[in-house]
Amino acid sequence: MARTDTQPSNPEGFLNMLRAEAGRGMIPYLLVTAYALIVTTLLLIDPATSLRTDILFVLFLGVMLTLYKVPLAAGYKLVMAIALLGIAMPYFGTLNPFYMDVATQVGMFVVLALGLNIVVGMAGLLDLGYVAFYAVGAYLWAIFSTDQAANIIPRLADSFPLAPEWFFIFLFLGLIVGGFTGVLLGLPVLRLRGDYLAIVTLGFGEVIRVLATNLDRPVNITNGAQGIKSIGRPPLFFEPWVQALGVPLDRSQLYQLYFYFLVLVVVVVMIVVVYRLNNSRIGRAWASIREDETAAIAMGVPLVRMKLLAFAVGASFAGTMGVIFASKQLFINPPTFDLIRSINILAMVILGGMGSIPGAVLGATLVTLLNLQLLPRVARELSVLDVPSWLDPTQYQRMLFGMLLILMTVFRPEGLLPEDRRRQELHGQDESAMPDTLLESEQQQADVTEPDVDIQT
Amino acid sequence: MALLEAKNITKQFGGLVAVNDVTLTIEPGSIISVIGPNGAGKTTFFNVLTGIYKPDRGKIIFDGHPLVNLRPDQITARGICRTFQNIRLFHNMTVLENVLVGMHSRIRAPFWSIILRTPGMKHEEREAIERARHLLAFVNLDNKRDELAKNLPYGDQRRLEIARALGANPKMILLDEPTAGMNPHETASATKIIQNLRDDLGVTVVLIEHDMRVVMSISERISVIDYGTKIAEGGPEEIRANPHVIEAYLGKGAAESSKSAAPSHPPDPPAEVGRPDPELRSQ
Repeated sequence: MARTDTQPSNPEGFLNMLRAEAGRGMIPYLLVTAYALIVTTLLLIDPATSLRTDILFVLFLGVMLTLYKVPLAAGYKLVMAIALLGIAMPYFGTLNPFYMDVATQVGMFVVLALGLNIVVGMAGLLDLGYVAFYAVGAYLWAIFSTDQAANIIPRLADSFPLAPEWFFIFLFLGLIVGGFTGVLLGLPVLRLRGDYLAIVTLGFGEVIRVLATNLDRPVNITNGAQGIKSIGRPPLFFEPWVQALGVPLDRSQLYQLYFYFLVLVVVVVMIVVVYRLNNSRIGRAWASIREDETAAIAMGVPLVRMKLLAFAVGASFAGTMGVIFASKQLFINPPTFDLIRSINILAMVILGGMGSIPGAVLGATLVTLLNLQLLPRVARELSVLDVPSWLDPTQYQRMLFGMLLILMTVFRPEGLLPEDRRRQELHGQDESAMPDTLLESEQQQADVTEPDVDIQT
Repeated sequence: MALLEAKNITKQFGGLVAVNDVTLTIEPGSIISVIGPNGAGKTTFFNVLTGIYKPDRGKIIFDGHPLVNLRPDQITARGICRTFQNIRLFHNMTVLENVLVGMHSRIRAPFWSIILRTPGMKHEEREAIERARHLLAFVNLDNKRDELAKNLPYGDQRRLEIARALGANPKMILLDEPTAGMNPHETASATKIIQNLRDDLGVTVVLIEHDMRVVMSISERISVIDYGTKIAEGGPEEIRANPHVIEAYLGKGAAESSKSAAPSHPPDPPAEVGRPDPELRSQ
């Protein structure tokens, strides 16, 4: 959308504007660069896991948010992002594998949140069983990369487990199978809205989990409650090159870096895909379904096709991530894919701002950081205090998380980084952050009382 | 050949016959009105035409093709589009986006071309935005294209509904009470736009309207529906003089007195009319 700048009326005003422009131009770049450099340096000086590193790590990720929020040249942003996420972060990760793992998990949840955001945020279809698609992807690779698959296809028993090279094919298979499962879920729920939809998807998530638990008889497909171990890893095709370069990294570090970059690439690809879909007829159709189904269909939006597409695309994200998850964890079992995980992902979407792509990224990052790093850290720091054991803060992690969610939804219901349209709704007009209902009723009152002078023909 | 032929349309909800054996023929390029007291079944008739309800009996031929059993979005793609009595805009989308959704059936870009953002897709998108802005200019809203639909004043929202419906490039547009709740000034502006729909864009207009000044001034033919049944059809003058119509609006007594007085100027039905009291009717 074109932004109209106010035209300066006289030469002096023009000079002032130029000066202001130059000032505005340079200072943010310096500040952001300095911020990024300081944080990164401090992080690399002492990478040991500690409260200090935790804080610095959050600040480090905060650079990304700053880059997003502050209006700077796109080229600069790109260079900074590559330098930070492509070089500084992996280097720091080799010094402290814990943070590398956190960063990788953040990336994985970002993709999941992006996928669920399509279904819940963009198309407005509340899905409480999203983790089912994650499970499908994870089991897909787990079964075929171990001899589990031999139980299903005994005739080809010798060819299982599949060679690591198959991993990349299964990334795409995860996409397709996930999407297909999404359509399967979508078909029976097409007529349902709101609460009913939520219940059915919740049931679907449970069905998949229970299937995973019980499909060890008569044919052992999922190995039941014991789960599947020794899942195949992706091929380390670049190991000879790394050794030739003389980089002193062992295999576990290489795998860590591998997964980190793999996830990073998937995150970038998925962001581009969602962004493009959102800014097309498909994204507009999804939004129209969210706003008013009846009006949408009357305007020529094919409801069935668009809803199924939302389910399929959202689910395919989870399917792919499931494949990566299984090969990263090496072990999966049914409880990995329980309801609380679906709810966690939903919390990320809501926290970030429903329907907002940057919101989903930020929400996923925050919730993952809270769960993996910050809440355990708070608990550990507090446990230094001499508190009675029944007040042990480590037991109240989830409670803290729940309270944060409540505070968020009460005080900032539109999310941390709301969708452009919603931000416009709150700040495009003169009204400040007022609840929607208030705004609406005021609007209506205004319509009743004052005659409209807007219409001049 | 008629643009639309609806034959013997009947729609029941349980025991209630909302539309009873209504037949309507619409010539291309005409402006026709459907009037009747509140609850007469006009909107239900619109909902049947646009596929939101399936008729229990009857058939609809539009532009030579049968419409019954098509989904609403398919009917829209065939060239019938509508506005809603109680405004149903996509509130949290911008004005421009609302019109772009209306154009959904005219934008073809397949899934893969969107993900790859092919030149063809970008070109189509640019053209779509340009056309959407033309439509917004047509209803005098182009300067508000980036505002959220819900932040528009009431009259603008009504006109945005028309622009959104035009997005599908319809041959026929169904307007459900387009001037309801408007002040005289807004009504005049809306009437002009409705007139222009036909004169400038060549769209056939079907109007449900309660404001008799609007109905009488722009419609070429008027159909009157009462209790789900079509009780009269004709030009504005005929309808004004029709005793059945006067009875439906004002009650039997009024119809008789107007008949006995045989006035040269039959009384204008009031501008805003509701269904008369049952007592009045039974007199």
